[in-house]
Amino acid sequence: MDKDGGPAGKPVGRRVVLGVTALGALGVAFGARIESGLNGVMSAISSHDPTGLTGLLPGGGGFQFYNVASSVPYRSAQDYTLTVDGLVDRPSTYTLADLMALPQTTLVRDVQCVTGWRVPDTEFGGVLLSELLRRAGVKPEGKALRFTCFDGVYSESLTLAEAMRPDVMVAHQMDKAPVTRDHGGPVRLYVAPMYFYKSAKWLSGITVTDRVIPGYWENYGYDVEAWVGRSNGRTDAPIDGE
Amino acid sequence: MSESTGDTRNTQLDELRRFTTAERWVHRTTSALMLTAIVTALLLYVPGFAELVGRRRLLVVVHEWSGILLPLPLAVGLFFKGMRADMRSLNRFGPQDRGWVWRAMRHGTGLAGPAGKFNAGQKLYAAVIAGLVVVMLGTGLMMWFTELSPLNLRTGASYVHDWLALAIGVLVLGHIRMALKDPEARHGMRTGWVARRWARREHPLWEQELKQEKNSEPGRPS
Repeated sequence: MDKDGGPAGKPVGRRVVLGVTALGALGVAFGARIESGLNGVMSAISSHDPTGLTGLLPGGGGFQFYNVASSVPYRSAQDYTLTVDGLVDRPSTYTLADLMALPQTTLVRDVQCVTGWRVPDTEFGGVLLSELLRRAGVKPEGKALRFTCFDGVYSESLTLAEAMRPDVMVAHQMDKAPVTRDHGGPVRLYVAPMYFYKSAKWLSGITVTDRVIPGYWENYGYDVEAWVGRSNGRTDAPIDGE
Repeated sequence: MSESTGDTRNTQLDELRRFTTAERWVHRTTSALMLTAIVTALLLYVPGFAELVGRRRLLVVVHEWSGILLPLPLAVGLFFKGMRADMRSLNRFGPQDRGWVWRAMRHGTGLAGPAGKFNAGQKLYAAVIAGLVVVMLGTGLMMWFTELSPLNLRTGASYVHDWLALAIGVLVLGHIRMALKDPEARHGMRTGWVARRWARREHPLWEQELKQEKNSEPGRPS
């Protein structure tokens, strides 16, 4: 046996590699449960942390910030406009004040990202998409919607039937406060029954089209029909509806 | 530089061969990939950085590929004898490694007892980071190809991926800190050669081993 352990030494290295791998696999299997179990503890800790550093720890039940453009776009509450056009009888443009003057709805649902992170019981307030479409008057040949954003890059899509659901809205409130710039404010889309990439941030345009035009991530292979229950391979029971 | 023969070269410096060219390239390419993965991870995950940089699609692609390519240098390195020999020394723990990490934590690495070519801390670091890379690759692929697994497993995968990223960050920072404290160790990784004096101090069992090997080869020109 040589001085470095040599052939006769114990293969501790290999055991450690296999052990770490096994722990990782256990973490994947039970991570969802551990995460929801620790959520309360983590948010209790971060609410007493003035530095905000604990908010960066994984599983605090927080949002992750996603932006596909090169900088965070900005529209003030005064500058903001939302255009509804395409195959409609009455194309129109709404200011934030116009939207707030329409009938308001709130929805409390889990926000679910396709990669796995989830923010439970998030409240969104705003105008149902169906209300805006009713006001615009969709022409018979209108079959789908294309959403565009003032970041100039992002886009999304829904079929007309999906857009008419009572859990799909144009939101300007999140957790009883105006939607912040980072969360896609002043106005974002909220498609509760689907993965969160469908809920386009910084919404600036709704165009009624005769067919579905795939949105930003959908051009990179993500499902156009992003039901939390069904799409992207999931076969277990959906969280909501459908 | 004088001519070098095998594991030692006799200049005024009296140096020992620590790493082969293949091993140093494996280290260089692996660390470049690892740092790319870490930097893109920070830009994707930390809200402040993500807000500053945006461009999520580009960062995601760079992060995915730096991660998936991470084991490649080591895999190629296994075709080289020196690499395989050092992998064996990293894997095997001898009597001198028993309790070494504990003693090093309590009294410092200098008083933890003699070490072979790699001390027990280096061996553990190699094994833990290798295991972590396996898990990061697996969980990363689950988040990359979302159709492969049901949602509750993907939630678990992203949870594990996020926490282990933190662990890897701490380990890599520790690794860099140890290197910063030891210029001769850095010299060894840069050139492949280390001073005998350094080897005698940091890895005495290895230094003795090389000396014995050299003496047991008769008729070798010196």
